[in-house]
Amino acid sequence: MKVALRINGTLREAEVEPRKTLLDTLRENFHLTGAHAGCEHGVCGACTVLVDGAPMRSCLMFAVQADGYEITTIEGLAPAPGELSVLQDAFCETHGLQCGFCTPGMILSSHALLEREGSPSRQEIVEAISGNICRCTGYGQIIEAVEFAAERLRKANAPRGSALPHVGAPGTEPSAQDDAAIEHGILEAATAHDGGPK
Amino acid sequence: MKPAPFDYVRPQNLAEACAILSANEDARVIAGGQTLVPMLAMRLARPAVLVDVLRLPGLSGIRVEEGALVIGATTRQVEAERSPDVVRHLPLLAAALPWVGHPPTRNRGTVGGSLANADPSAEIPLVAVTLDAEIVTEDEGGMLAMSPDDFFIGPMLTAVPMGGLVTQVRFPIWQGGRIGVGFHEVSARRSDFAFVSAAAQVEVGADGACTRVALGIGGVGDRPVRLDVGSLIGMRIDETVLEEAVEAAAGGLDATSDLHASAEYRRRVARLLGARALADAYAEALAKEHG
Ligand code: FES
Ligand code: FES
Repeated sequence: MKVALRINGTLREAEVEPRKTLLDTLRENFHLTGAHAGCEHGVCGACTVLVDGAPMRSCLMFAVQADGYEITTIEGLAPAPGELSVLQDAFCETHGLQCGFCTPGMILSSHALLEREGSPSRQEIVEAISGNICRCTGYGQIIEAVEFAAERLRKANAPRGSALPHVGAPGTEPSAQDDAAIEHGILEAATAHDGGPK
Repeated sequence: MKPAPFDYVRPQNLAEACAILSANEDARVIAGGQTLVPMLAMRLARPAVLVDVLRLPGLSGIRVEEGALVIGATTRQVEAERSPDVVRHLPLLAAALPWVGHPPTRNRGTVGGSLANADPSAEIPLVAVTLDAEIVTEDEGGMLAMSPDDFFIGPMLTAVPMGGLVTQVRFPIWQGGRIGVGFHEVSARRSDFAFVSAAAQVEVGADGACTRVALGIGGVGDRPVRLDVGSLIGMRIDETVLEEAVEAAAGGLDATSDLHASAEYRRRVARLLGARALADAYAEALAKEHG
């Protein structure tokens, strides 16, 4: 069957068997191999993509069902080639990944959370990534990455000169941040948002 | 983990869907696919045709009717979870939904799909059984409304007529009194399949005595069951009366054994969680303002 899918903002066409999952179609037809094939039956979350902004398992969806939605893969998250989103960068900063197999799914799940909740509690972060299994990093640093990204984004959005919002919000460790790191966070977040220093 | 080949059709309306379903014995309905696709991947199901009903008009949405909250079959679980009407009128479903799968599966899985697949450990069927909801199916012959007792036959087995599909579920709203709910579940990992789950809803009168009560147990036997704890009506509930009532009601509970939990374990935990869910529900109802 012919399918026309909107992926990372571009309309792309492919000829697929009805039994071909969205996951396999992304990987094989469109070479978007950031969606990882783990269990292929809905258990691990490695294949997570955003469908109309909501995380879903691409192994539990057939490509023929996926037309008409806006599909976002990990490849669609970076602001520009060679750059990282604030959240992606936070995963590097906090060592939120080791082998990286779970990472695209972890990042897309938490990206969707941060889109709708600027100051998520630790519990909300845990819930958001509860469908994603990591077998090597451990969840502590992944949660830390999401908290760190949330904090950077909040600071990046705060008007200049205003008191920094939400320091000490649930789940963040104010003492863990010194002023230099805060400055650094603002700069980096701003850089990532503007698409590079001017 | 690749499904066997099948044909895929996406009918434009319900009549067309029913016609395709009744013309093909090996056709199967797919909506969110969060239960079916894993079964296809493991080749536990090998339908010849998948009939995609997810975008059929009129099958999705939540509305309040006289004495009932009606949820369309293709309503996503996440929509029900975030619906203010569900929170207000159907607190037991609101309490159970966060236990259904994971956020990404709730984003795509549907309320009707969970009912139609009838996994014995699934939470939405348990709530339907506990509150004695009405499950509505439709086929070429017309509409049919069933009680959950008639609908759920066994593991992954329902009384949906051949060539038909679930179109909506009508949960009764307990009106008037002070209502509390309780929901508990034991599984290997949070949000994994439940070995045992318990759902309870209690209404109390002005004097603090229980005026209405419902208790359901899931995951234990081959389908969720309602336990008769009517002996609690008229009582102020404490630990002793609670234990006695649950003990008496759970006496003949059918339980299955598997790799994860023995039948004996399931029965024991069912009594425990049943009592806990009732205690929570009662406490929550008591704490509410008189109204
Ligand atoms: S590959 Fe999709 S959930 Fe594991
Ligand atoms: S980083 Fe290796 S599985 Fe998570």
